[in-house]
Amino acid sequence: MGPRRAHRLARMPDLSRDDVAHLASLARIDLEPQELDRLVGELDQVLGAVAQVQEAPIEDVEPMSHPMPLVNVTRPDEVRPSLTPEQALAGAPLAEEQRFSVPRILDEE
Amino acid sequence: MTTTRDDAVLGYDEALAQFDPVMGLEVHVELGTATKMFCGCATTFGAEPNTQVCPVCLGLPGALPVVNAKGVESAIRIGLALNCQIADWCRFARKNYFYPDMPKNFQTSQYDEPIAFDGYLDVEIPAESGEGTETYRVEIERAHMEEDTGKSLHVGGSTGRIQGAEFSLVDYNRAGIPLIEIVTKPLVGAGHRAPEVAKAYVSALRDLLRALDVSDVKMEQGSMRCDVNLSLRPKAGEDPTSDAQLAVPMGTRTETKNVNSLRSVEGAVRFEVCRHAAVLTSGGSILQETRHWHEDTGITTSGREKSDAEDYRYFPEPDLVPVAPDAAWVEELRATLPEPPAQRRKRLQGEWGYSDLEMRDVLNAGAVELIEETVAAGATPQAARKWWLGEPARRANTQATDLVTYADQVGLTPSQVAELESMVVAGRLNDKMARQVLEGVLDGEGGPTQVADARGLELVQDDSALEGAVEKVIADNPDIAEKIRGGKVQAAGALIGQVMKEMKGQADAGKAREMILAKLGAA
Repeated sequence: MGPRRAHRLARMPDLSRDDVAHLASLARIDLEPQELDRLVGELDQVLGAVAQVQEAPIEDVEPMSHPMPLVNVTRPDEVRPSLTPEQALAGAPLAEEQRFSVPRILDEE
Repeated sequence: MTTTRDDAVLGYDEALAQFDPVMGLEVHVELGTATKMFCGCATTFGAEPNTQVCPVCLGLPGALPVVNAKGVESAIRIGLALNCQIADWCRFARKNYFYPDMPKNFQTSQYDEPIAFDGYLDVEIPAESGEGTETYRVEIERAHMEEDTGKSLHVGGSTGRIQGAEFSLVDYNRAGIPLIEIVTKPLVGAGHRAPEVAKAYVSALRDLLRALDVSDVKMEQGSMRCDVNLSLRPKAGEDPTSDAQLAVPMGTRTETKNVNSLRSVEGAVRFEVCRHAAVLTSGGSILQETRHWHEDTGITTSGREKSDAEDYRYFPEPDLVPVAPDAAWVEELRATLPEPPAQRRKRLQGEWGYSDLEMRDVLNAGAVELIEETVAAGATPQAARKWWLGEPARRANTQATDLVTYADQVGLTPSQVAELESMVVAGRLNDKMARQVLEGVLDGEGGPTQVADARGLELVQDDSALEGAVEKVIADNPDIAEKIRGGKVQAAGALIGQVMKEMKGQADAGKAREMILAKLGAA
C-alpha cells in the first residue's frame, strides 16, 4: 500500500457536453439534447462555485474520511431479529412472491 | 455487443505455439459467519425470501452498519494463511453502482486499502515427466472484505401485474453476507500449463479455506465463485519464464464471470486461450469485456463491454470507522492457523507409507480426511485406503458426486470402515465376505456387524468342517494331490478354489491352503 494520497484537484476543467451525457447515463437519466445543452452551462456554474473550496490552504492537512478518531467499532457475530417479510416489503412499490419487484434490466445475469 | 455462440477458436496446441497466456484469478468466498457483515441478520442458506433482512441490509434511510468482528477475524486469518501482509489500518469504501441486487445503490467493499496484500500460495501440479509434482507460486495481490448481493429472479410479462412488462423479483437474504475477494497478481510463466495451474490454484485455495474453517466453500452453491481473467501476448521463445518472455507487454484481457467448478476453471482458461488466439491470428483485436461461462457447452459468450459505464466512484465509507488490527491480535490469529494443506499431505503420506501413486489416487478421490479418521479409529493405512477407494469411491463416481458427500448420504462412517477391517483381522470375515458386508452397509442395511449377522456372513471357525472339505477335494483330485506331494506347491491353488466352493465361500483361504499342504506333506 502506498502512502495515503491527498486527493487535491487542480483547477477543475470546464465541464463538457460529453461529461454531462456520461453522468446522465451513469444516473440512468434520459436527457434531451436541449436539456444537455442547458445543464452543461448550469452545472459548470455550480462547479465554479464549489471550486472556490480548492483555494483553501490545505498543504499540510491530511485527508479525512471520518470526523472522530475512532477505529475497530465492531459487534459480536450474534444473530439479531430481522424484519418480517411484510415489514420488509411494506415500502416496496411492487412486490410479488415475497420479493421486491423491480423493472427488469436486460442483458445482465 | 455480440452474443454469438459460434466464436472461432484455434486448437490449443496451435494457440500455444504462437502465444503466451497470462491469467488473473479473482475468487469470492462467502464466510461461514452466523450473521451478515454489517448487521445481525442470519445467513442461513435457503431461507424463505426476505426473511433475513433488516433496515441496514435493505439500505433504509438512517440505518447504521456495524462491522461483524468475526468477519474481520476470518479475513485476517485468510490473509495470514495466504502469506499476506496485514494492513495496520484500512477502511471500507462504497462501490457505487445502480443495479437492484444492492438496495443501497452501492456495495460496501474495500478499495485501495485492502486488509491483506502481497501474499502467495504455492500450488502443485503433476510434473511433466509424470513423476512427482512441480510447484507453481501464485502471487496474491490482495484479499479484501466486502458484502454479497441479493438474488434476482427474472420473470416475463405473463406473471407481472402490468401487461407486457417484465420484472425482476429480488430477495435480499444474501445481501450483506460477508465476502472475501482474493485477487491474484497476473500469473505469468505457466505457459501451456496455464489451465492446470488455474485449476490447481482454486483447488488449493478451497482446501486451505476449508482447513481454516471460515467457509463451507461449496462451489455448486455459490459460496465460492471464481472470475477468470485471461490475455495472450506473443511468444518470445520456448521458455515461458524467460526474461525475454516476461518483457513482452501483456495483451488485452477478458474477464469470464462466475466459473463455478474446478473443471470449469480449467475449461474457461483453455477456451479463452483458443478464442483469443483465433481473433489475434486473423488480424482482429480482443475486446476488453466481461464474458459468461456456459457449464453445459464449455464455451464463453460475450457479456457487457467493459466501458466507462463502470465508473464506481469509490469513496471511503463514512458510516464505518477504519479497521486497525492490533499487532498482538494478528499474531494470536497467526497461532491459530492450521497446518498448510500441502505440508499436511506430505506428512500424512510419510506416516501412512503410501507410494506417490497411492497418494495421488487418495487425493483424487478426496479421501484424505476419511482415511485419517479411519486410521485413528484403529485400521491400518493400507486397509483404510483399500476399503474407501473400493466400492464407496466407485459408487460415488457413478453418481457423479465426491466421496465425502456420498459417504455422508449413505451414512458410511470411518469408524464403520475400521470396524469392518477389525472383523477381517479377527478372522470373522474373509476379504470377499467383507466386500459383501460393505455393500450391505452402502445399501443401508446397517453397520458392518449388523449386516454380517443379518446376511449370515461369518467364517466357519470350526476346523472340522474345513478339514472335511479339504479331505473331500483331495480325494476328488488324486492327480493334483500327487503333484503337490511331489513338491509342486503352486498346484494347491486349484484345490483351494474347490475347497472354498465346498465351504460356500465361508472359509479362510489361507487356512485352507495350510491344511492342504499339511495333509499332503508339502508344508
